[in-house]
Amino acid sequence: MSMTMAETEVSKGFIDVRDMGVTFGANDNKVVAVDNVSLNVQPGEFVSLIGPSGCGKSTLLSIVAGFVKPTRGEALLDGKAITKPGSDRGVVFQQYSLFPWLSVRKNVEFGLKMAGVEQSKRNTTARALLDLAGLLSFENHYPDQLSGGMKQRIGIVRALATSPQVLLMDEPFGALDTQTRVVMQEILTNIWQQFRISVLFITHDIEESIFLSDRIYVMTARPGRIKAVIKVPLPRPRTAEMTDTPEFMNLVQELKGLIREESLAAMAPEIKDRGLSGFGMKVGPKGVGEIF
Amino acid sequence: MGSTATAKIVALPMVDKHADPEPVAVKASAAQMSASEIPVPEPEPIPTVSLTKVFLGLLGYVTRERIITALLACISIGALFLFWYLGTKYKFEFYIRFKNVPTPYEVYQQLTQVGLSNKYLFNIAMSVRRILFGFMIATIIGVPLGLAIGKYERVRDFFMPVVEIMRPIPAIAWVPMSIMLWPNNEASIVFITFIGAFFPILLNTIHGVHSLDGVLVRAARCLGASEIRLFMNVILPGSLPHIFTGLAVGMGVAWVSLIAAEMISGQFGVGYFTWEAYSLVDYPAIVLGMITIGVLGLACSGIIRMVGVLLMPWLAFAPGGRR
Repeated sequence: MSMTMAETEVSKGFIDVRDMGVTFGANDNKVVAVDNVSLNVQPGEFVSLIGPSGCGKSTLLSIVAGFVKPTRGEALLDGKAITKPGSDRGVVFQQYSLFPWLSVRKNVEFGLKMAGVEQSKRNTTARALLDLAGLLSFENHYPDQLSGGMKQRIGIVRALATSPQVLLMDEPFGALDTQTRVVMQEILTNIWQQFRISVLFITHDIEESIFLSDRIYVMTARPGRIKAVIKVPLPRPRTAEMTDTPEFMNLVQELKGLIREESLAAMAPEIKDRGLSGFGMKVGPKGVGEIF
Repeated sequence: MGSTATAKIVALPMVDKHADPEPVAVKASAAQMSASEIPVPEPEPIPTVSLTKVFLGLLGYVTRERIITALLACISIGALFLFWYLGTKYKFEFYIRFKNVPTPYEVYQQLTQVGLSNKYLFNIAMSVRRILFGFMIATIIGVPLGLAIGKYERVRDFFMPVVEIMRPIPAIAWVPMSIMLWPNNEASIVFITFIGAFFPILLNTIHGVHSLDGVLVRAARCLGASEIRLFMNVILPGSLPHIFTGLAVGMGVAWVSLIAAEMISGQFGVGYFTWEAYSLVDYPAIVLGMITIGVLGLACSGIIRMVGVLLMPWLAFAPGGRR
């Protein structure tokens, strides 16, 4: 229901990926990373992209961010083709990517500085954002003095400082421990609620994607294609208690089934059919090798 | 419920075993977070000022560790002087010969006689000036060129072959060529100093750019950094720790090169002073020259290290940092 609200409020930040194909290498080493993918993120919508590792979900995000050029198809932001990185798309990386030589506040100010915003205005904006992230008292610390969760909160508000139309997040909580992750998800959904910008969120965590998203794209194993699109009907604002509702759990089951098939497909060359029966090994008098 | 719930149930007792107060703290802060939406981190406690506390703090600063460190330093330097003193006192002669080596006292006398003479100070000033020029030119050319080589494939392809050929030639081997090349003695010595400092600075700068985390460059591009701003705001500060390693190594090599050049072709300078003392059979002056070189070199690398600490305060907190 809040999604419709978002649509009326926000008019910019429409990501449209059409018939995307990405191939790395040439000839014998050719790897099709992404094949014929079309997806979109409506203005103000929170969309997750989930799939087994190596399915090309990060590649897709890199294209939308402007780091990688697709082999086929195109990526559009508000109708304009994406060709290079820009401050209209904020990006949050898994590895925090804060500049270690800048104080926390200077990190948040970075995008504004690049845009030529004057010092006093940068300062005010950065402090407001740090306050939002609950880290104002750490403004003069260096990133190396902070914990992973704190760093990533700064990474998020730094990406928001230039008022981008979309936020691209590449497994932003992947490096955090489970407890911190859960709290970070709540913080993110709160921040998103306030900014109402489009988010494309890459993850391999099923609960995380359901808790945060309006819609979830499930990708297949390499070559990455869109396997399914799932709408999350949970109301906003999302709270931690919702994860215990039957609705939520049904979604988890549904997604698990979809992902499991793909993970198996992705690992097929490694494990064949034997791996699933506990490696199916018999240890005979000559050792493990006997069955091979 | 999904896998996380079961994972939590399994995980929590395990945490309990190892660190008892931990899970309680986590739960408390989590509850607080959902209430106020955004966690408020505790501000650092403001230290209250009291004389006894300051005094105790100072006393705590002089820990056993520090005393041991200082003691060992004194012992090692003392041992060196003792060896020198005994060697010269008993005219030690077993393959190495202390026969002509001046005693520490003779060198001290030399220092008090010559040490404050204009000639001696002028020699020091000349050497320092040459180092300053050679080292500065090496920095001004080496750092930007290193950044460009590190960043751009084509620049690298163009310059690296020449660098690889020139690098193994030691600065001292440049002495005859340098004398031919430059119009006066002074310029040729500065050039040799420059050669000595240049390659360590250049190569460390290149290494600094290469070891810069690519995700930082991507992050800067996303935040709208243009090429020039990327250089000034990301690549330069990101490479700074390696650049300073290069400067420190370069300074050392610059001194080596300078002294050699001064000994061979110089007029004035500490190297010249030392070699002249040998020609004039003024043995205490040789040692005085050597000690002077050591002290000057130590001072120069000390200055570089200090500037590094001032310019890169964040390194104190980096993994494996100073604190």
